Amino acid sequence: MNAGWPAIEFVVNGEARKVHVSPMKRLLDVLREDLRLTGTKEGCGEGECGSCSVRMNGELVNSCLVPVLQVQNASIQTVEGLACDGELHPLQQAFLHCGGAQCGICTPGMLMAATHLLANNPHPNMAEIREGLAGNLCRCTGFKRIFDSVISAAAQTNEPTAQEAAHAR
Amino acid sequence: MSAHAKTRIVGSPVPRKEGVDKLLGRARYIDDIEREGMWHGATVRSTIPRGLIRSIGFDRTIDWSEFTIVTAADIPGYNHIQLIFADQPCLADGKVNHCDEAIVLMAHPDKYKVREAAAAVKIEYDPLPPVFTIEESERQDVIVWGADNVLKSFLLEKGDVDSAWSSATHIVEGEYRTGAQEHLYIENNGVIAEYSADGGVTIWGSLQCPYYVHKSLLAVFDLPEDKVRVIQTETGGAFGGKEDYPSTLAAHAALLAMKSGHPVKMVYDRMEDLAATTKRHPSRVRHRTALDANGKLLAMDIEVATDGGAYSTLSSTVLSRATLHSPGPYLCPNVRVRSRAWATNTVPYGAFRGFGAPQAIFAIERHMDEIAAAIGVDPIELRRRNFLHDGDTTATEQVMREPVILDQLLDLALAESGYHAKRVRFAKENRTNPVKRGMGVAAFYHGSGFTGSGERNLNSLAGIDVTADGKVRVLVSSTEFGQGTNTILTQIAAEAIGLEYEDVAMAPPDTGIVPNSGPTVASRTSMVVGRLIERASLQLVDLLQKHGGLSEVFSREDFFAACERYRAAKGEVVSLCRYEAPPGIFWDDQKYRGEAYPAYAWSIHVAQVGVDTVTYSAEVEEFWAVQEAGRVLNPVLAGGQIEGGIAQGIGYALYEKVLLQNGHMVNNQMTNYIMPTAEDVPPIHVYFEQIPFIHGGYGAKGIGELPHDGPAPAILNAIRDAIGVSFTSIPLLPEDLFQRLAAVKPVEEAAAV
Repeated sequence: MNAGWPAIEFVVNGEARKVHVSPMKRLLDVLREDLRLTGTKEGCGEGECGSCSVRMNGELVNSCLVPVLQVQNASIQTVEGLACDGELHPLQQAFLHCGGAQCGICTPGMLMAATHLLANNPHPNMAEIREGLAGNLCRCTGFKRIFDSVISAAAQTNEPTAQEAAHAR
Repeated sequence: MSAHAKTRIVGSPVPRKEGVDKLLGRARYIDDIEREGMWHGATVRSTIPRGLIRSIGFDRTIDWSEFTIVTAADIPGYNHIQLIFADQPCLADGKVNHCDEAIVLMAHPDKYKVREAAAAVKIEYDPLPPVFTIEESERQDVIVWGADNVLKSFLLEKGDVDSAWSSATHIVEGEYRTGAQEHLYIENNGVIAEYSADGGVTIWGSLQCPYYVHKSLLAVFDLPEDKVRVIQTETGGAFGGKEDYPSTLAAHAALLAMKSGHPVKMVYDRMEDLAATTKRHPSRVRHRTALDANGKLLAMDIEVATDGGAYSTLSSTVLSRATLHSPGPYLCPNVRVRSRAWATNTVPYGAFRGFGAPQAIFAIERHMDEIAAAIGVDPIELRRRNFLHDGDTTATEQVMREPVILDQLLDLALAESGYHAKRVRFAKENRTNPVKRGMGVAAFYHGSGFTGSGERNLNSLAGIDVTADGKVRVLVSSTEFGQGTNTILTQIAAEAIGLEYEDVAMAPPDTGIVPNSGPTVASRTSMVVGRLIERASLQLVDLLQKHGGLSEVFSREDFFAACERYRAAKGEVVSLCRYEAPPGIFWDDQKYRGEAYPAYAWSIHVAQVGVDTVTYSAEVEEFWAVQEAGRVLNPVLAGGQIEGGIAQGIGYALYEKVLLQNGHMVNNQMTNYIMPTAEDVPPIHVYFEQIPFIHGGYGAKGIGELPHDGPAPAILNAIRDAIGVSFTSIPLLPEDLFQRLAAVKPVEEAAAV
């Protein structure tokens, strides 16, 4: 880390973090390079593919389009923050059993988009699922089993978890 | 026989082997990996399509002493990439043959600085005249490859085509074109290379075929086999796009690692990956077809031309598959296919799911609907009259020994899609509705595995071992890139040995550890490698029963105890099997006659399409896919293969256009190379009929490529049904529809045809 830059402080997956990096460094690179949270992926670097999707103060963002200065005091949730005490999140569980992940490179971003969708709309219909995931490209699945995964996870959870509710605010 | 036997694990939807790691975000893709002291590489590429390199200029404002710079002069071995022919240089040496060809490599500890520096290198050229299209290449006014621009040609002949025309009632001709298609794996190409004088070259990378990379590096570095080690890292999609290109990228990174003395990472960004790496071959297929008064095929004269790009790479195998799939799943006594792959000055085209088959099947399946219209027969009826059946011979005179159930698949597809009732309904509704709807069908086969003698030449080796700490491992170089290799091969091993799915793991995909089970291409993994793993597993049990005291009926504990007894007495617990061709296989590579493929998967696709006559967009509203691909090893994975392939096929038909200017891809961003999103892919209904294939792993045939073959012709056939206008070229974008439909006004009248 470069100590010459002013500190930027934020919360990642519930943990307070501080980095000294160029304020224009992409949140994606800060997560991957400075915090070594490599679950968040880069697919296009221009906000088209959604592989770098994370939640920022409960909003879904492409972390490749967010300069880290905007993250000051924000709360970030990445794929690493989904599972709780080694237990897969219901969405992760559903993706595993429904075949929602194939090569897996879009999966972290897709999971964040799905988490965001269900946090705001616990029982989405098919049109809402399609719209909610339209910013995340998957080249392997044809999306069908991702939709199945979201439906399956939604059916298991009647209410959003406390963690999701916190991020949805 | 095992192919028909009741199974515990094979055929069940066990979860993906590496699924949990992928879902937790802890699966390690190449860009997630760092090595101590690692530098970053960048590539300086040609900005012209063809010419001589006059000079390479380094901007004086940059301190180049910080950088490691590599050119062709630094290559210790041969300056070519070993694939089928050795015509493609690793780095351009004095001459470039396409835009974005690599000329200079550089490495630096800072990944941002190295990209800026690469952009500051100025190369001057003496341009030579380029060739950009099949037609320009065919004219042979400018020769850009070999003596005649022909990268490869095939001639396939059955019966006597020339004497069939005179007895024909109908003769129908057509020309069909397909465009390039980008794989658009979400993870770009990337590798890390290390070099040491003692250890040689080590590569980690996102790739399909570790031993292809291995072979190429041996030549570039002139090293013995044990001095090159290639390790596949978790790979974020490939679809054929990481079959040959990683050989080039790995060589580049390794050259930089050797010269810099540091590990070097090269991970392309999206723009570089789109501009510089392979795509699906564009094609032009011409059909001339003779039929008798009953609509039975008498003769098919087919001419296939593909655009291969600047070097031969995989053009011969793509052309071979296009040739063998061009007559479609039909019985015809007289067939001639003349095919050529032409050189042009663009990035070499490569393998992409189905390699050659989607192009050829687009042509024949569009052509069948054109024939039907020309001779006044229903397109479904025309297909039924000409389908191949058991005992029939194909264009290569291969006798169909396995059951062929095209009629049954078609019946199911028509019933499930409500095809006939919908056509009637749409014809009525289309008179008043601005969205014109139609139904289209495609029927096709896809040959599983390598062509002809290919599998015998590969001579694949695969096996099982049990480690000292009691882990059962599958030993293959077959790689996982989303399609399910890890899962199905461990299912097969667990089933055959008599263990649980959780008891079996994959050995690391590392050429230092696993044998060469062949490349992960051509829908060969389930069928060919799966069968090797099944045999190796049974052989292991046999070995332990003979030499480890394992009883006829045994528990999991008995098995591992027997492994330990065997290890104490004999050493390593390992069982390897080599490929054995099914008996009675004959193939003549010169005449293209004989058993073209060991097995075929069969499929019927039905597309329901709406054409909006206000916006000129065509939308697939619903899609049905019925297939017989042997035994389904894992229904969740198999369904996912079919659905994903169909989504790519829809993109191929209606969305995805590679725009070249001066031979350089100008829409090399996800912003303007458009693939179908979650809102674009229609509901897809998938049905499997299962006829186990005795020589495939637990009865499996190839499945991965099959679904990409049908969507484009089914969709364009549906568009013809909807609006009565015949389109013969893909991609078919709204602007193409607009151009044609504006010219054939009024649309309402055309729709009533």
